[in-house]
Amino acid sequence: MSTSRAPTTRYIPVDADLARRARLRLLRMHYEAGVGHIGGNLSALDALLVLHHTILADDDVFVLSKGHAAGALYVALWSRGDFADRDLETFHAEATRLAGHPVANAFPQIPVATGSLGHGFPMASGIALAKRLQAEPGRVFVLTSDGEWQEGSTWEALIFAHHQALAGLTILIDANGLQGFGSTREVASMEGLGERIAAFGVAVREVDGHDHAAMAAALDSPPSGLQVLILRTVKGKGVSFMENQMQWHYLPLDDELYARAVQEVDAS
Amino acid sequence: MRSEACTSWVDRFQRQPFVFLTGDLGFRALEPLQDAMGERFINAGVAEQNMLSVAAGLASRGLEAWVYSIAPFCYARPFEQIRNDVCLHGLPVKLVGNGGGYAYGVMGASHHAIEDYGVLLTLQHMRIFIPAFASDVEPQIARMGDCPHPAYLRLGRCERPEGFTPPAYAPWRKLLDGSDAVVVAVGPIAGSLVEILSPRPADARPALWVLSELPLDAHPVPAPLRSQLRHSPRVLVVEEHVAQGSAGSMLARQLLHDGVDIRHFDHVCAQGYPSGDYGSQGFHRKESGLDPESLTKRIDLLRGPE
Repeated sequence: MSTSRAPTTRYIPVDADLARRARLRLLRMHYEAGVGHIGGNLSALDALLVLHHTILADDDVFVLSKGHAAGALYVALWSRGDFADRDLETFHAEATRLAGHPVANAFPQIPVATGSLGHGFPMASGIALAKRLQAEPGRVFVLTSDGEWQEGSTWEALIFAHHQALAGLTILIDANGLQGFGSTREVASMEGLGERIAAFGVAVREVDGHDHAAMAAALDSPPSGLQVLILRTVKGKGVSFMENQMQWHYLPLDDELYARAVQEVDAS
Repeated sequence: MRSEACTSWVDRFQRQPFVFLTGDLGFRALEPLQDAMGERFINAGVAEQNMLSVAAGLASRGLEAWVYSIAPFCYARPFEQIRNDVCLHGLPVKLVGNGGGYAYGVMGASHHAIEDYGVLLTLQHMRIFIPAFASDVEPQIARMGDCPHPAYLRLGRCERPEGFTPPAYAPWRKLLDGSDAVVVAVGPIAGSLVEILSPRPADARPALWVLSELPLDAHPVPAPLRSQLRHSPRVLVVEEHVAQGSAGSMLARQLLHDGVDIRHFDHVCAQGYPSGDYGSQGFHRKESGLDPESLTKRIDLLRGPE
């Protein structure tokens, strides 16, 4: 089965070359598997690289709540050596553990299986609570989508996490503004999400979700309390014909488009 | 049974600290537990989906997590959280639903739990505990607490007749000797059946068994009952649960699979809300044929033609 290794902590900054190589690997993995969800993976990839290269320590826990960005998570783990190329070649294949959404109990780096939205934040709250009750060190990070904030369970989790004062819990929101069948503005008037969350009494910050240094600085703050970090991102980031295009939530790449995408990213 | 449950949890907590989450319920029942547990007793508020996922997160970090609510708020509202976060991860979260069957009576159908264990047993690794008597609660909480699987405890109201002492707890127990047929009860309605059958002599009544844990794959029909069914292949299953996913359907499947040649199989179970009217637990039992008078008739039919 998998050749994955134990989690490694490197604390290295993410530079443009690393991000470019990761984008290329993500595109190749999706192209070879013939699957979509590329747009939301590309919007989340930079944050996942920063988390896995610069932020996460051995005692920290990361939960991918937007499970459809599993590909970006697998590539982030590949980029720091936890997964090998032959692992990624099993993406979406038969008898794989690298399914389209993370599966349970497969890898220590992926402690929570997700896919249905609205589960990751409350589970991460349970993990943060367990750390407090057992006096364990480490922080908990969870990455949600912006459309995911239409799920009631996400707001339930916000109420709970704030009331319980869960220190060291950081919720990242991949705010690419597009969801499954429209923009978040069209579907559910989701503009002003930060203000709405802040109204619950939670600290909210916004940062460019493709600026590695800015994200690293925002995420590396001490675990003083619950915090929400809204990542302003672009769906399909890095591939011009995908950027801000809803259809790249679903579409796979054909030969011609894959070649164009690779050329663009390679030249970036 | 809530009182017995609370006492059992308080005792357990002294030996084995755990975390207890309630969905804002437990007034005049769980206060002693709240006092005993301190920060590990958490009122998660009216947010059952979050509560279940939090429990899964706690369990994923090695903590024993119990979740308590009125039964349907515990298993129906957060079903996907139980499915994905608890069961697919194989986490031993302990669910406790108060008010199994029609126990909440005229509070209405939203508070009833007539499909709970059937629904939950569709999920991976799930175990079900259904106390028949208040005295079952303590051993069941001990077994459930040590169970490595997700589990659900269906609390109800004890109906043990005065003067009747149940045998020591086991997943399958024979409550009354009998001949020529078998009644299998699930849950507190076993007490009503004791009341109906115990005045009759053993040679003029069916044997009465009670089943308190599911699935049957984990608790197969015990050898003495199997032997009795081979000699007296007439069975009546009584439970306050709908037919789909019922213990009766599981028992029929197991007996068929095992080649036990049952000649007469009857099943009295919850029928939902046939009249559209609402009332006490007794009212709804009567509409389903689960009241003492109806059960007496079904038991008499069980004996078959002379």
